[in-house]
Amino acid sequence: MIKEYTTTVEISGPLMMVDRVEGVSYEELVEIELRGGEIRHGKVLEVDGDMALVQLFEGSSGTDVVETKVRFLGKGVELGVSEEMMGRVFDGQGRPRPPFDTDPPIIPEKMMDINGAPINPYARDYPAEFIQTGLSSIDGINTLVRGQKLPVFSGSGLPHSRVASQIARQARVLGEGESFAVVFAAMGITFEEADYFISDFRRTGAMDRAVVFLNLADDPAIERISTPRMALTAAEYLAYERDMHILVILTDMTNYCDALREVSAARREVPGRRGYPGYLYTDLSTVYERAGRIKNRKGSITQIPVLSMPEDDKTHPIPDLTGYITEGQLILNRELHNKGVYPPMDVMESLSRLKDKGIGEGKTREDHADLFNQLMAAYASGKQARELAVILGTAALSDMDKQYLEFADEYEARYISQGENEDRGIEETLDLGWELLKMLPREEMKRISPERLDRYWPKEEAEEDREETETEGEEPEKDGSEEASED
Amino acid sequence: MIEGKIEKIAGPLVVAAGMSKARMYDVAFVSDDRLIGEIIELKEDRASIQVYEETGGLKPGDPVYGTGEPLSVELGPGLLKAIYDGIQRPLDRVRDQVGDWITRGINIPGLDHEKRWEFTPSLAEGTEVGGGEILGTVPETELIEHKVMVPPDVSGEVTWVVEKGSYTIDETVARVRTEDRGEVELQMYHRWPVRKSRPIREKQAPDQPLSTGQRVIDTFFPVGKGGTACVPGPFGSGKTVIQHQLAKWADAEIVVYVGCGERGNEMTDVLQEFPELEDPKSGKPLILRTVLVANTSNMPVAAREASVYTGITIGEYFRDMGYSVALMADSTSRWAEAMREMSGRLEEMPGEEGYPAYLGTRIAEFYERAGKVLCVGEENRPGALSVVGAVSPPGGDLSDPVVQATLRVVKVFWSLQAELAYQRHFPAIGWLGSYSLYLDNLEDYYREEMGREWIDMRDRAMALLQEESNLQEIARLVGAESLSPEDQLILYTARSIREDYLHQNAFHEVDTYTSMEKQQAMLSVIMSTHEKMSEALKREVLPGTLFELPVREEISRMKYTSEEEVEKVENLKDKVSEQIRNVIEKAEAQRKGVAG
Repeated sequence: MIKEYTTTVEISGPLMMVDRVEGVSYEELVEIELRGGEIRHGKVLEVDGDMALVQLFEGSSGTDVVETKVRFLGKGVELGVSEEMMGRVFDGQGRPRPPFDTDPPIIPEKMMDINGAPINPYARDYPAEFIQTGLSSIDGINTLVRGQKLPVFSGSGLPHSRVASQIARQARVLGEGESFAVVFAAMGITFEEADYFISDFRRTGAMDRAVVFLNLADDPAIERISTPRMALTAAEYLAYERDMHILVILTDMTNYCDALREVSAARREVPGRRGYPGYLYTDLSTVYERAGRIKNRKGSITQIPVLSMPEDDKTHPIPDLTGYITEGQLILNRELHNKGVYPPMDVMESLSRLKDKGIGEGKTREDHADLFNQLMAAYASGKQARELAVILGTAALSDMDKQYLEFADEYEARYISQGENEDRGIEETLDLGWELLKMLPREEMKRISPERLDRYWPKEEAEEDREETETEGEEPEKDGSEEASED
Repeated sequence: MIEGKIEKIAGPLVVAAGMSKARMYDVAFVSDDRLIGEIIELKEDRASIQVYEETGGLKPGDPVYGTGEPLSVELGPGLLKAIYDGIQRPLDRVRDQVGDWITRGINIPGLDHEKRWEFTPSLAEGTEVGGGEILGTVPETELIEHKVMVPPDVSGEVTWVVEKGSYTIDETVARVRTEDRGEVELQMYHRWPVRKSRPIREKQAPDQPLSTGQRVIDTFFPVGKGGTACVPGPFGSGKTVIQHQLAKWADAEIVVYVGCGERGNEMTDVLQEFPELEDPKSGKPLILRTVLVANTSNMPVAAREASVYTGITIGEYFRDMGYSVALMADSTSRWAEAMREMSGRLEEMPGEEGYPAYLGTRIAEFYERAGKVLCVGEENRPGALSVVGAVSPPGGDLSDPVVQATLRVVKVFWSLQAELAYQRHFPAIGWLGSYSLYLDNLEDYYREEMGREWIDMRDRAMALLQEESNLQEIARLVGAESLSPEDQLILYTARSIREDYLHQNAFHEVDTYTSMEKQQAMLSVIMSTHEKMSEALKREVLPGTLFELPVREEISRMKYTSEEEVEKVENLKDKVSEQIRNVIEKAEAQRKGVAG
């Protein structure tokens, strides 16, 4: 028998204090019946003797202390899962979300606790299989692997939605016919953005292999706390019980964190940096760490959380703590965006920590690692030369600096930049890298092992180019030595 | 057994009434699921308990059982090769028991109590023994002989010792008649509270470097055996790779790696890699000398707080056997954050950034457990425990309270720079900001082992790097070509030091580890090139021609020369002199030709 309480004593923000309760457990699911019969949900945040503190998912407007009925359901927050979820759109609590989805609720095969449990580190398998996204700036430089969590750090006005959508559309595993699906969770995004994603998925057929959870900007803010957990629970079911490779896209994590802050503030907790609760790191990790692979299980969960950095500030607590948990980050750059580069990927600041084991022979190609290092070094030199040119003017640059500068421009225009519907294979990306490197002298290829350099860029080929440049270079030196001897 | 009842649950904190007999830091079992917790505050009969497992589903009125014992670890054969969570539960056996996810109420002892070990006694009956004396030995792995010691708090006369043979750790292997406790039965293992440091006889100053095979560390910023170091840096600057490199290549006999609130996949990396990697000295898998403590970020936060203590207690235990132990803690910031979270739940008055006011004390206490020591026991065994802690300050900001509290106690600071990381210069340890306070202590060692020239060479190389940073500013304004030939040479050599020496690829099979011998050879090639070139400049050779020597390419590849072929690196010096001589001759011939 579930007891019903009308003993609410305090309501403040999204929190409700219920007095004289019995047998209430921590994190229990709560059903609240309003005066007009409307049903809302919440969960127990704290129990102290016979007082229970309840967090309301849908906000507290319309609740009152006299007539509101509170029922404790004796279980945690759960999500009903089944394979029928594919192609459906749900709200932040796992119900079909009109107008995107007007079908009846799914018939669950089983109920799962949305908080999940931590994966035993000993049971994990190291992510080592390459996922091709078709974007050179990711595949070639910051390679994504199955089981990784790689966030996109963006800012307002940057095309992170388009990038996320392109990744969702193009992502696949090379060489195998394994099933790949996308779980998409939106927290606090606008109707327009949601509509963009869903119509894009429908147009390209990606929707057939997608599960969508939506919490829009005007939906209850507190629901955002459970939305990513719903999505990850669905992902875990599909990955570990249905052997699928799941790509989870969570956007926008900034809104999720703001909802956490709202609850924390209502509880009058000691705030950490910028008012976010001190446990933000721990809380985020219980979302992000649900990515991974497990030994002897076929499926995997790869996560791409998207977050917008307030004022493009990477040291803001949300991107900062995210970066410490995730295995790298993809950073979108405003300067590149303004130059018209799409995707405006800042490859210097971006990083994929797991790429080393996901690239190379049998994964992508044996020259990938060296090529990557050399491209990065060359691009860094090019960017330095560019800075120098701003101060001194291009004329003051040395020949070598000029070559690097030219390289950097081409690199941005041809390698990083690509069409929104352009799906580049990994071979294509790697070959393009070599082509660009050949703009530079062969001796500058310090990051490439000699054998590989010989294989992909034979000495003879380089010497042909070199002869021309050397004859140009020697003349001024001769002049110099003559002058010296005259003295 | 003390029994109380839950009154309040707030996250990992549970308050129980009826606990008036409980003591601070005693372990308590919460509810009938027997969730493990530790008492961290007492108020009248109410005890605040930090629970090491998820608390969802607990209710007021559920029972709480106080054990009357502080949080302890089991110390004995079977520690090596193990992977533990923050409170020494073996994750491999947890998986066997409950599957791929960690559920609640798992209670598995840290050591395997069934396994039989070959025990060889080394004490005769009738000997007077004190704590720390070696009772016997067990070949724990092919690499490490486990020395079974008399627990630190036991002393007296040995009345009986077991025969050589194979026993489980529960079987008695000796009896000691003590003054205060009568006859005590000793097993191959004993328990020790994690928050209490194990006793030592004497602490000494570190006088030997912990060689790590990482050039920037060994050459410029070495840490002594028994010393402390910290690596603070923003994310993506390579803290974890450095910690992994140290765990792999540091010449410690035992490595304890504490993954404290970090990524699950990183621990998996260690777990999968260490059984395959070979120890450069013995050629045996590295895992045979390693103990892993893994409390990833999504595992309960209170257990994360305990994990560094669990790790360092295990480290101290091996140090007591007379081994040189290195402990890596990645990351101490997560440990500090766990403290902050618990402190917040206890509603303590916060200090800086919400951290508890005792943050600095706790950090200092932790690092003080490191040291080069004489162990307790008759033999005067020397042992060492070196501690390297990673710190993850928000936004890489070094004014973070955890960084500042750490810098006050550690002697070596490896400053990771995001700037270097963006340029893919790894390890991204900045040579201008980092320091090692052990250089003076270690000078005698270097002089004896590597010669006076090494110290000079190192200091000159560092001076060049310093000058480079001054010159670079000028060069940026007026262009490198307008500098004097001598200054151009400084820029050239400094660049060579940076790119050909300091830059080291952790993922390259040869470059990942460089012995001191090879380091010396490499640096001397670079420095002798510098000398030869500056002589050439005095003979009015143009810098441009010097900087284009064909040997340049070979110098840039000497890091990939295998350890067996170090003489190839040495030989480069001759090649350099020859080519520079040619340049000089050519220049002089030209001058003569013009003059003639």
